[in-house]
Amino acid sequence: MQLSRRTLLAASATLASPLAAPSIVRAQGNAPIRIGEINSYTAAPAFTLPYRNGLQLAVEQINAGDGLLGRKIELLIRDDAGKPADAVRLAGELVTDQKVDVLAGGFLSNVGLALSDYALQNKKLFIAGEPLTDALVWDKGHRYGFRLRPSTYMQAAMLVEDAAKLPAKRWATVAPNYEYGTSTVKWFKQLLLAKRPDVVFVADQLPTLGKIDAGATVAALEQAKPDAILNVTFGPDLTNFVRQGNTRGLFEGRAVVSVLTGEPEYLDPLAEETPDGWYVTGYPNTSVTDPANTAFIAAYKAKFNELPKMGSVVGYALIASIAAGIAKTGSVETEAMASGFPGTTFATPFGKVTWRAQDHQSTLGTYVGRTALKNGKGAMVDWRYVDGADALPSDAMVKTLRPA
Amino acid sequence: MTALLIQLLTGLAGASTLFLVAAGLTVIFGVTRVVNFSHGSLFMLGAYIGWTILSRLPRDPGSFALGVLLTGLATSAIGSAVEMVLLRRIYKAPELLQLLATFGVVLILQDATQAIWGPADLTLPRGPWLRSAVMILGERFPLYDLILIATGPLILGTIWLLFARTRWGTLVRAATLDREMVSALGVDQRRLFTSVFALGAGLAGIGGALVLPQGSANLQMDLSVITDAFVVVVVGGLGSLTGAYLAAVLIGVLQALGIVLLPKATLVVVFVVMACVLIVRPHGLLGRPLTATRTDAAAIAPIRPATPALLWAAAALLVLAIAAPLIVGPFVLSVLTDITIAILFAASLHVLMGPGGMASFGHAAWFGLGAYGTALAVKSLAAPMPLALLLAPIAAGGVALVFGALVVRLSGVYLAMLTLAFAQIVWAVAFQWSDVTGGDNGILGVWPPAWAGPASFYWISLVLCVGGAILLRRALYAPFGFALRASRDSALRAEAIGLNPNALRLAAFTLAGSAAGLAGGLAAYAKGSVFPTTISVGHSVDALVMVLLGGVQTMAGPIIGAIAYTGLFDALLLATGFWRAALGACILAIVLLFPQGIAGGFNRPGVAGSVKRTI
Amino acid sequence: MLVVQNLTKTFGGVHAVTDVSFAVTAGEMLALIGPNGAGKSTCFNMLGGQIRPDGGRILLAGTDISKATPRTICRLGVGRTFQITATFASMTARENVQTALTAHHRQTARVWQEADTLHVAEADALLAQVSLSAEAGRPAGILAYGDLKRLELAMALACNPKLLLMDEPTAGMAPAERAGLMALTAGLAQARGMAVLFTEHDMDVVFGTASRILVMDHGALIAQGDAAMIRADPRVRAVYLGTGFSSGGH
Repeated sequence: MQLSRRTLLAASATLASPLAAPSIVRAQGNAPIRIGEINSYTAAPAFTLPYRNGLQLAVEQINAGDGLLGRKIELLIRDDAGKPADAVRLAGELVTDQKVDVLAGGFLSNVGLALSDYALQNKKLFIAGEPLTDALVWDKGHRYGFRLRPSTYMQAAMLVEDAAKLPAKRWATVAPNYEYGTSTVKWFKQLLLAKRPDVVFVADQLPTLGKIDAGATVAALEQAKPDAILNVTFGPDLTNFVRQGNTRGLFEGRAVVSVLTGEPEYLDPLAEETPDGWYVTGYPNTSVTDPANTAFIAAYKAKFNELPKMGSVVGYALIASIAAGIAKTGSVETEAMASGFPGTTFATPFGKVTWRAQDHQSTLGTYVGRTALKNGKGAMVDWRYVDGADALPSDAMVKTLRPA
Repeated sequence: MTALLIQLLTGLAGASTLFLVAAGLTVIFGVTRVVNFSHGSLFMLGAYIGWTILSRLPRDPGSFALGVLLTGLATSAIGSAVEMVLLRRIYKAPELLQLLATFGVVLILQDATQAIWGPADLTLPRGPWLRSAVMILGERFPLYDLILIATGPLILGTIWLLFARTRWGTLVRAATLDREMVSALGVDQRRLFTSVFALGAGLAGIGGALVLPQGSANLQMDLSVITDAFVVVVVGGLGSLTGAYLAAVLIGVLQALGIVLLPKATLVVVFVVMACVLIVRPHGLLGRPLTATRTDAAAIAPIRPATPALLWAAAALLVLAIAAPLIVGPFVLSVLTDITIAILFAASLHVLMGPGGMASFGHAAWFGLGAYGTALAVKSLAAPMPLALLLAPIAAGGVALVFGALVVRLSGVYLAMLTLAFAQIVWAVAFQWSDVTGGDNGILGVWPPAWAGPASFYWISLVLCVGGAILLRRALYAPFGFALRASRDSALRAEAIGLNPNALRLAAFTLAGSAAGLAGGLAAYAKGSVFPTTISVGHSVDALVMVLLGGVQTMAGPIIGAIAYTGLFDALLLATGFWRAALGACILAIVLLFPQGIAGGFNRPGVAGSVKRTI
Repeated sequence: MLVVQNLTKTFGGVHAVTDVSFAVTAGEMLALIGPNGAGKSTCFNMLGGQIRPDGGRILLAGTDISKATPRTICRLGVGRTFQITATFASMTARENVQTALTAHHRQTARVWQEADTLHVAEADALLAQVSLSAEAGRPAGILAYGDLKRLELAMALACNPKLLLMDEPTAGMAPAERAGLMALTAGLAQARGMAVLFTEHDMDVVFGTASRILVMDHGALIAQGDAAMIRADPRVRAVYLGTGFSSGGH
């Protein structure tokens, strides 16, 4: 029998003196709402550090205003070192020792899944920010798990719109050899073939994450003589791939559709090697003009003296989504939140977003556009914002994908 | 045909980069016998320093060459500094302790690099000549790749001349063959070692700088290059430069061809090649059996039963451990559960490394097999916890028995690397056999049943892990353990008195695999999930660090090492964002203060005394 | 008891041992001599199972052991010592002998019993026989070289051999120690009815100890007989010509 400290305090106070009760309640009412956040800060710093900035900016803004339910937000951040087992242990620390009200975080899909499973087992709310795997909300989805960012399915669906309009018939794919890569390729193929039954996939390259043998991969793709290429690599692998591709002429006369490449995290390192005219998902942080975005960018720049990256947006929106859910629920009690979050709408730099009731996926979208080289730097042009709601499968299909 | 040639050339270009890193590593190992884990970090520093230098220079070929050489000098200086400040103090320590020290250096350099250059990948703008291609049979082939193809043999030739034509080179070659002989000749060994380190580190730095035109300087490159470099060194034969070049070519070309023929196999090509080579040629392509280098009795001092004081302390600790759920909070309890699992994991590796004389770089394979065995039993057979836990050691021990039969024929670093290859193959299976293992999304929902709450599960784990460790200890003091140690000390004599060293080693391998498997099964329940990361190189390194930290030569070592490492790791992880540097610094401090490991530092006044009396 | 027939071994075209035949009878002290490179050690390692012969047979009490492993040969009753001592450095002298005894009694699969408590008396008795009682509790890794030679002898005796093979038993020892060790060996051989085959460079030791002598040169057996016959043999004199023959040098 485990009693929480809070129950004990309340119980003893009630027993000691009925008069003391209101002050106890008030003290508890003023205590900050605690959000425990776990992420791969040392294992994937290029993405997670701008993300952490986003978190902090959002918390600061809320606390500078009215707070949440009249209380401040306190953010407890932990580094999972890229290992699911450590993430689960730290979740235990946050939940049982720090008594956080909500768990959040994750960058790697497997860390996200491990945390989500911990949340299910321990009946605690877990809001995944970054992890892209569909499993989080579909086949491993559950009452206490939510995910903010557009999933691999959504990223693929957004790009298929443009891909289907291309004349290309012969497609080749290159994706990192793990779930994110193989799952994106799987959805892309399925969705593209549905729209274009005449398309054939002639080569699939699966380089090891972080260890791409770019020259050989590019040569192998070249050999398959595709009309178009789907690229799912990112980070250092993408840089190597693009450089070899440029020199060997792989991209000349071919359409390339590329997931995440428009995100500043991955586009900036390409610099003057940025290929022209790739269809990408990303974040055109130098050219967006809508008020929500510009206000966010200005605030971010003022605080951190650099432009926000995609991670910054996700971090910022993550806090916003939690705050809105709690505000709507009016409580930080887990069961109440698990019922209250679905359907909640919240404001993000990308506009209004909703927690879908059906699968706990947010409708946060992303920008789809073309890459271009501007002043020796990579940029996204001809972009449009695609609402996540438009990139999700039908409710009937989701029902079959999500057993829980 | 054209395509084949292009892949071949691409493979050769990749081989040159591999060779540059491996060359430094093999020269260092050949002379000093140090398994330099931080070689990848020097490679990474080469990329970052190269970026800093080259991005300030004009983009012409001459400046590029100059920048690369300057980078080599810079990393050479850093490498020498590491050797003089750190490694020089611990050459006399037990084998592989240097590995632990260089692991500390890796951790510190990771944080230092991020602090200096920031988290974002750094890319070097390429001048037109670096972007240009030449036409080969109608295909565009990067000029820079051609340059790299030439660089490998060029460096090989240069070092060969250095070794063949200079007095220094003669000494290096002599020391590679017989280190004691060189010091007996009155050569200043310290200067020789430092200069060898300088050369190796310089080569690593040059290698790092040379990848810049093809990619970026990033914070992952240290660990991604080091395993490949070790593979090349081992496949080539330790200490053999020509062997390293042949191995680099073999691996580079096979990898490039593999990408065309079997794209899904990219995860394991390298390790399958290594396993095949080592099974056929136990000393690599051009390697020779290593001469024993450490003859000081202190390094293989006898294992004494614990003193009464130590036993009392252990008993008190055990009582405290049993009472823990009544004293500590839930988080500390979960950490304690992790510690019990770490104890069995480390104790099982110690059986191999200490009495077995077999350093394993792939011990996580057995832990992972146990974890997957349990998780699959729960998920597909709906097995109850006792049965699922029973399956863990059986699954791990069964596979260990089969792999072990190939492994125990080898020795030293070759053996260690073959275990690494097997672990990587197991990892790849777990990673890619998604239908069964769930791939990298793992297996979820392996929680203990309702009757085993956190406290009960902790007690179960305590009984099984500490009990397991005690049983292992018991076996090591039994005739089996004596025979195992006898086989390690002198296989020749062991055979001559009727022992079968390989059978004993195989038995130890299976026993250790089963014990690690049980630890893995418990870990699956403790975390509620299993992922391929449990089989990763990093997890194997964790086990190595625990054993070395505690001390290989004492029975208490792995237990103390597991407690210290797990506790330290958790404390630092919660305390500071720079936990890697802090952990690295702690490891270095321990290595320098207790070269025999933490437990070894306390446990041996009697023996040390007698050693002094006779020597 | 041991019959060697036409034993042959080549290493990459070099004939290390060619067509060697001899016999060892129970209880005798048989010396195998010859200049460096004569093939003595190769011959020894074939008898002990460390090297497999290319041709010929080795019969131990009628059983062909030419393809047997060292451990089988040990179990058939052949003990041996090595030119460069091989002992278990991390164990005490007593534990070394105890391990040899547990191996002899086939008890090494035991994982529960404490090894320290097994065969203590027997181990101490063996150590006493080779005059090592005082060193019983000290690690082999720090014993003096002469003590290690005697420890090896005790370990070889632990398997109660009918035949003892000693490769250069006195190499690296002071002259006085040499005589002592060989006298000790001869005494043990006599007491146990054990045959001893040994190689030796020191001719004083050879002629002082051996009941019979075999002489090898260039891989072939060129003479055998008692001390007087060997001294008189012209081929032996030719091989050792100019080296003083009986001075112990070579």
